[in-house]
Amino acid sequence: MQLESMYQEIILDHYRRPHHKGLQELYDVEVHHVNPTCGDEVTVRVRITADGAHVVDEISYDGLGCSISQASTSVMTDLVSGKPLEEALAVQQEFLTLMQSKGADIADTDIDEDLLEDAVAFVGVSRYPARIKCALLGWMAFKDAAAQAVAAKEQT
Amino acid sequence: MSTLLGLDVTRIKADFPILSRTVRDGRRLVYLDSGATSQKPVQVLDAERAFYTQHNAAVHRGAHQLAEEATDAYESARATIAAFIGAQPDEIVFTKNATEGINLVAYAMSNATTAGPESARFVVGPGDSIVVTEMEHHANLVPWQMLAQRTGATLRWLGLTDDGRLDLSNLDEVVDATTKMVAFVHQSNVLGTINPVETLVRRAREVGALVLVDACQSVPHQSTDVHAIGADFLVFSGHKMLGPLGIGVLWGRPELLAAMPPFLTGGSMIEVVHMEGSTFAAPPQRFEAGVPMAAQAVGLAAACDYLTSIGMDAVAAHEHELTGRAIEGLSALPGVRIIGPVTTEARGGAVSFVVDGIHPHDVGQVLDDRGVEVRVGHHCAWPLTRRYGVPATTRATFYLYNDAADVDALVDAVKAAQAFFGSA
Ligand SMILES: Cc1ncc(COP(=O)(O)O)c(C=O)c1O
Repeated sequence: MQLESMYQEIILDHYRRPHHKGLQELYDVEVHHVNPTCGDEVTVRVRITADGAHVVDEISYDGLGCSISQASTSVMTDLVSGKPLEEALAVQQEFLTLMQSKGADIADTDIDEDLLEDAVAFVGVSRYPARIKCALLGWMAFKDAAAQAVAAKEQT
Repeated sequence: MSTLLGLDVTRIKADFPILSRTVRDGRRLVYLDSGATSQKPVQVLDAERAFYTQHNAAVHRGAHQLAEEATDAYESARATIAAFIGAQPDEIVFTKNATEGINLVAYAMSNATTAGPESARFVVGPGDSIVVTEMEHHANLVPWQMLAQRTGATLRWLGLTDDGRLDLSNLDEVVDATTKMVAFVHQSNVLGTINPVETLVRRAREVGALVLVDACQSVPHQSTDVHAIGADFLVFSGHKMLGPLGIGVLWGRPELLAAMPPFLTGGSMIEVVHMEGSTFAAPPQRFEAGVPMAAQAVGLAAACDYLTSIGMDAVAAHEHELTGRAIEGLSALPGVRIIGPVTTEARGGAVSFVVDGIHPHDVGQVLDDRGVEVRVGHHCAWPLTRRYGVPATTRATFYLYNDAADVDALVDAVKAAQAFFGSA
């Protein structure tokens, strides 16, 4: 039974009691991403500060999908919230690397567990190619929203 | 347990080497995804291998002995496959899959705009309509959307009833004097519904529209006679009926194929070629540009022979039994809802369902962990899942190599998913 290694308690907790779910009024950018193979969708709203650090000071989302896509988005919002964008995107990049690790033991990789915090729980997902896209849905939406938010700030 | 209504499933399973492998740490493979693609018996694999080891050459080119043998194997395969659906060999065109067959007709229809007067009856344009249904696979929807876009015609569709059937209450308004093509699925790959072909064909005939039947999920599972169906075109894929990947069939009425302009052009499909222009071969060659997939044709013919030896009526009866067992077993679980007809009447063996509180992806993951391989998602019929207000479904599909134990494994695995996620 490998299910427990995939659906770690942290994941099920976030799925049942998501954080930052429900779209908030304070935002610079809203993006909507879908996974065309399964129809999962997520809307992410992001606001960043106008100073050079571009701190993620507001993030919220709403979505429809499996436990992996929804829990992963919830964990993502916890991890990027309050961080300068550069740090937030570093976590995003690390999560991407985790998802590409094909189920390798983290100890055998360069993956920085401390950076990933709770997101490390998704390591089991990397063994199931069909589910990686689920786990990445919210993270890719955040990356997209962040890029748009920076572009918008730089325009004004 | 494995013998239902005369099918010796134990013996049949022995013909499919893949069914004896295990998955996910030693679990017995319970393959319930034949609607996506079927497994292949050794008879099909051997036929393909024999083609390559003994007769391989480019078909319809060259006069050496191997070319003759390869061409003969390819054309004999055509005859076998045509006979399997009650057609003549010249009435069937080999394509890559059903998707290509539908695109072939849709592109031929737009090519008709610039072809000669003989193809006038394929021309569509502003003021004309093309009719599909809300239960179509994307393969029988997007090509018609695109044809409408290219030509200015309007796309219309028949809606669905809450119990998973076509809503025919406004058939006479949707299919009217402007309608040039009615394209519909014979058996839904999501709902299992078998559509009333006769009613739809009769209405299309009243208004002079062409009819294309997507028979992807019917030809593999029930005896098919194209003349009894009465359509103008019918498509299916070889890989869903024990045949190899990479081959599909378009059947067309001979007089229509003869008048239809080509879709893909190049070698093998020509009559005479000059620098200034070319004329085209008679069907079916006109629609088979390039070196064809002879080995796959041979494999598909072997699949037809295999199915014929078992008997399509026996296959259909067997699946009917399994479908009934699945509907009964799943319906009995609290929190499980079947999307599609809940009786076995006019229904084939695709059973889609949702489980309260558990996303289909997660249901599928638990099933997979137990070796039960089903499909989850929108099954390439997104408007259909949207119509039923669900983001996706879990779908089990049955074939001749499944037995009651497979159905029971499915039902048990759904219970396990409910236990794992604590939803029942
Ligand atoms: C009803 C139906 N139509 C069309 C198709 C497309 O078949 P293929 O992908 O082999 O072209 C499928 C296969 O999924 C199907 O089930």
